[in-house]
Order: sequence, then structure tokens, then C-alpha cells
Amino acid sequence: MMHFLSDTAVNLQFNLFAFVENLQYMGVGMLVIFVVIGIIVGTTMLINWLFSEK
Amino acid sequence: MEILYENLLDFQWQDIVMILLGCLLIYLAIKKEMEPSLLLPMGLGTILVNIPGSTALTGPIAELYSAGIANELFPLLLFIGIGAMIDFGPLLTNPKLMLFGAAAQFGIFFTLCMASIFFPDFRDYFSIAIIGAADGPTSIAVANALGSNYVGAITVAAYSYMALVPVIQPPVIKALTTKKERMIRMPYEQKSVSKTTRIMFPIIITVVASAIVPDATALIGFLMFGNLIRECGVLDSLSETAQNVLANLITIFLGISVAFNMTADKFLQVDTLLIMGLGLIAFIVDTAGGVLFAKLVNVFSKTKINPMIGAAGISAFPMSGRIVHKMGLAEDPQNHLLMHSIGVNVSGQIASVIAGGIILNIAAKLMRG
Repeated sequence: MMHFLSDTAVNLQFNLFAFVENLQYMGVGMLVIFVVIGIIVGTTMLINWLFSEK
Repeated sequence: MEILYENLLDFQWQDIVMILLGCLLIYLAIKKEMEPSLLLPMGLGTILVNIPGSTALTGPIAELYSAGIANELFPLLLFIGIGAMIDFGPLLTNPKLMLFGAAAQFGIFFTLCMASIFFPDFRDYFSIAIIGAADGPTSIAVANALGSNYVGAITVAAYSYMALVPVIQPPVIKALTTKKERMIRMPYEQKSVSKTTRIMFPIIITVVASAIVPDATALIGFLMFGNLIRECGVLDSLSETAQNVLANLITIFLGISVAFNMTADKFLQVDTLLIMGLGLIAFIVDTAGGVLFAKLVNVFSKTKINPMIGAAGISAFPMSGRIVHKMGLAEDPQNHLLMHSIGVNVSGQIASVIAGGIILNIAAKLMRG
């Protein structure tokens, strides 16, 4: 890991390993979003079927 | 006589650059009509806070910021207006379209990983990632909730790229699809959706999303509250007020108070350029995520889907839906994708808010250690 750039950007770094370390959040995030949306899709199809206008 | 030039001597070159940036935002708002309702107040606000000794920074703008942005109130109130504007009808006729909205949030999580390379504080790279929500209020709410140092830059990136969706998305879509795929027709079956379904939908979304992602409760709850006002059928005047007066008032306050973070010391940094670059990556990967997911669905599905509609899963509503529709017409004048693309587009609105909640949830766990 190395810190670079001028004193206006002292908070920056260049750490390629951080990408790999954070891949777990990509996996968890996408999984949760598909699970939530999947449940909403299923429930919406159910209410569509239950309350469809004949 | 000293009083005439005393303050002028306090101007630094950074202040001048920021004032010019404020003028540029006003120019883009008026001349190019890029998100004018937000960029114009933001532009003037930027000018106000960068004048040395400005009482705006310490007085009204600081007060508005702490009253409406620091506590996330303004973005949430704006969600009531947005919820009241959205017609979920096209989505309710084909709920499976919501899956494309989920896929198009991939840019958020990819950008999270990319931003972590450069920003050591997880609150910053989680906040930068949310630019990929393609939704200004969500970006502001999440960045503030996490206490990021880059709220100003994140807001500018989110709104700028939303306005640039017609420029960003078409080349990405074309690069990932063949002409044959872009010509796939998707007939639209006109189905009526019962009033009960329309009323139950926002309630179900609120309960399901909040139960699984509690940090999304406020965001999704206010969005769906607005939609419930619209669909209930007995609050038409409230719905109209939410869509117009409330949304306009909050947008004015939101724009000018976001400028609180547009001071030279916070904005004129290499970090800001990096955030603008990462924001662009977020929008590109969002688009690619939606298109590639649609192509994946086509591998398993008998009825082929035009993969372009996946790109409409980013939340930039309704621009993204319209772009896909126009691109479909450009390939085949008889190919009307609007109802499908708008359905995917509103699902992107829901998915981006849920993604914001997921980001907050993960960040809260990291904060607790």
C-alpha cells in the first residue's frame, strides 16, 4: 500500500488488495438484493392472481 | 476607503475556481437543461459559500444543511414526491421485470470494490459506490448517514451522470448487444391491474424490504408512502401537492443546502476527480449489469427478451426507459419497447433504494466492528 499525491489528497491510497477484500460485499449485496426483489416479485404475482379483475 | 477592497484581498484562487464552477453549474442547468431544478440552486449555493467572509455559509445555508441534510430529512421528503409521481402499472402487469432492476445495481457494488482501492475509509468508499444508484436523494441520504467527507462531490457526480444518461448508456448498450438482439420485439399485453393490487403493492414492498434490510426502512417507506397517497384514490389533492409543491420546495432547499459541502477546501482535491471517474464507472457497470443479465435470461427463456431493456434498470427515471425505447425504434420503427423499459426503470427506482439500505446495513455492521 502506498500513499501518494500532494498534501491536498493525503487521504488517498493505492491498495489493489482492497478490491479483493471487498468482493465479499459485492457478493452479499447482490445476493440480498435479488432475494428481496425475488420475494417482492413472488408476492406481487400472488396478489395479482388473488385480486385480478375478472 | 479600505472597506471597499478589504474583503476582495481575502479572495484566494481556489475561491475563484469554485465560483466559476458555480457559474458552470448554472450554465449547464439553464443552457443544457441538465437537471436544472437541482444544479441551478446548487450552482448559486456554490457561489454563496465561496465568497470570503460569506454569512451564507455560517448562517442560512449551514442552518438548512443541519435541518434538512445532516439528518437526511430533505431526501426523504423528496421521496414522498417521487413516490407520488411513479405509476407502477407497467411493472405490475409483468412483475418479473423487477429482476432487471436488481441486476442493474451491480455497478454500485463493483464501484464499492474499485473505490476501496483508493479510499482507505470504508465510509467514503461505501458512499462513493452509491453514486451507482443513479438516484440523487438516495446518494445524499446514504453519504450523509455514513458521515462521508465527500457529500458534495458525490451529489455533483450523481446528478451530473443522471443528466448524462443519454450520452453514457447508448454506447455501452451497443457494445454489448448485436443488431439482431436490439431488434427483438416484445409485444405488450394490455392487462388491467386491480385497485387492490395497486394499493397493496407499496405496502408489501415496504414490509418485505424493511424486514430484510431494516436500514432501508426510511428510504423505501417514504417512497412507498408517496405512492400509496397516489394510488389510494381518496387523497388526490395530497398526491398532487406531493408531486408538485412538496417536491419543488424540497428540491430548492436540497440544492442550495448541498452547496454547504461545495467549499474550495472540501471540493478542490484530487479526490473529487477520482470520485467523478468512479461515478462514471458505476453508471457504465450498472448498464452493463442490466444488459448482460437480460442476455443470461435469454439463454434459459423460450420467449426472448430484448436485452436493451436491462439497461433501463438503473434508477435514472424516466430518461433511461425512454433511451431504450428510442434505441429500439432506431433499429426497427415497429419495435415499441416503452412499456417494458419504463416497467424496468421504475423497478430500478425500488432496487436502488433497497441497495442503499444494504450499503447502510453492511456499513453499520462494520462500524460495530
